[in-house]
Amino acid sequence: MIVTFDIIILVFLVIAAIISLSVKDLLAAAMIFGIYGFLICLLWAEMGAVDVAFTEATVGAGVSTVLIVATILNTRRKSTD
Amino acid sequence: MKAKIFASIAVAITGAVLLYAVTDFPRFGDPRSPANAGIGGGSPSASLYYIENTYRDTKVPNLVTAILADYRGYDTMFETVVILTAGMSIFAILRVLRRDDASGAPDPAPASSDPSIDGDHHRIIVGTTCRIAAPLIQIFALYVVAHGHHSPGGGFQGGVMLGASFILIALSGSLRDTLVRFGEQQYLRLAFIGILIYAGFGFLPLWVGRNFLDYGALSGLLMTSGEEMARSHSMLGVEIGVAMTVMSIMFAIFANLSTRGRLRGGL
Amino acid sequence: MQPFFQEAVIPHFNFWIYVIIMMVGLWSVIAKNNLIKKLIGLSIFQTAILLLYVSLGVKEGATIPVLDHHALTESSPTESSEGPGKKAHAINPDHYANPLPHVLMLTAIVVGVATLGVALALTQMIYKDFGTIEEDEVLNQIKALHDDV
Repeated sequence: MIVTFDIIILVFLVIAAIISLSVKDLLAAAMIFGIYGFLICLLWAEMGAVDVAFTEATVGAGVSTVLIVATILNTRRKSTD
Repeated sequence: MKAKIFASIAVAITGAVLLYAVTDFPRFGDPRSPANAGIGGGSPSASLYYIENTYRDTKVPNLVTAILADYRGYDTMFETVVILTAGMSIFAILRVLRRDDASGAPDPAPASSDPSIDGDHHRIIVGTTCRIAAPLIQIFALYVVAHGHHSPGGGFQGGVMLGASFILIALSGSLRDTLVRFGEQQYLRLAFIGILIYAGFGFLPLWVGRNFLDYGALSGLLMTSGEEMARSHSMLGVEIGVAMTVMSIMFAIFANLSTRGRLRGGL
Repeated sequence: MQPFFQEAVIPHFNFWIYVIIMMVGLWSVIAKNNLIKKLIGLSIFQTAILLLYVSLGVKEGATIPVLDHHALTESSPTESSEGPGKKAHAINPDHYANPLPHVLMLTAIVVGVATLGVALALTQMIYKDFGTIEEDEVLNQIKALHDDV
């Protein structure tokens, strides 16, 4: 419950979410989505929710990103918006 | 353009309503909020009961694992069924079982033939390092499953790490080598055996005359000294079932997604 | 303006940011053209909702919801002689974070990744049938198919 830490991570979180949806290269969008997942894991570990942070780090930031990258490499890599 | 205008209006209205509702929440970090301490009088919050009585009922220090596997074990069982169903639907959507590849129109060229993505030069270093790292990851994952009672961890986290070790070998080496070791028949069988273990622990108390998923009734079968230790050991058994299912389905989803259903080739 | 900031924003500043992230994700599901961007937006929306629930269970000065050895070894000698009343003094609920939102959100995370997997499988089938994953081109091709028939 450290307020300064919370504010810094939350600002990075909003920036990562907006950038992940704005880049044209889908592989970069998937990587920034992975960064978003790890920042959320850090936020939960700081709030005291360690089991949730563990699960988010493996499932949300790990497996989710790998599945999106696997799909991108089987479809197109560039997007038009 | 119409989609963007409609989206902006919808998001603005929803955002305004949510922000107005958020101002009524209790202060962030308040230990006396209704979720944490109840509203006084005769209705305490459920988490107060869980924090005070978990060790007396089940002898397990990790409150989250105890609630997940014992007090709310019904939800966890159906969550495992949901994971299994997702694996089955991906199998049904993507899997191509015919031998010949001449099925209708030819597929559009996938992006992995793009020359800007190459990896064949580095396969020796990366492949060998990942093969050394994968058994260590699996040992740590088994530790996480087994120590879910005393430290953060449990069935889901350990199961996903086990699946991730197979995904690591498939990504760094080739999917075909991994499928030789952990083929389709094996992982489908493991997934269903995992959920059968969970349901088995649920059905066994019915034989003795108690409720479904009432682990305390298994103290005679597991030869423990009291009902609390029976609950603790059944929690471990149930977490093992969950870990088996989650491991198999995570690898199954990756294998089907990365090869477009053919289980040949790969990333 | 000043009392508005004092009472409404400052004590709940992080809830405001969660709502902003939720709206970013929701906007992207409706307005973006690319199917993968829609799925990433959906996932961002989901994790923001999980953030909201887990931060309802935070207590100031509380530790993780794993009972530590001191509280357990203090209370175990009195287990047989006294009753549950003595036990309640040893484990102070204000020292531990609320474990119930953590449990519910654990389920939500894993179910979220399972549905993401199914959505990605459907995206691959759409690419196989239409050759593109941009929503407007897919809709144009479907309209052209219907016009031919």
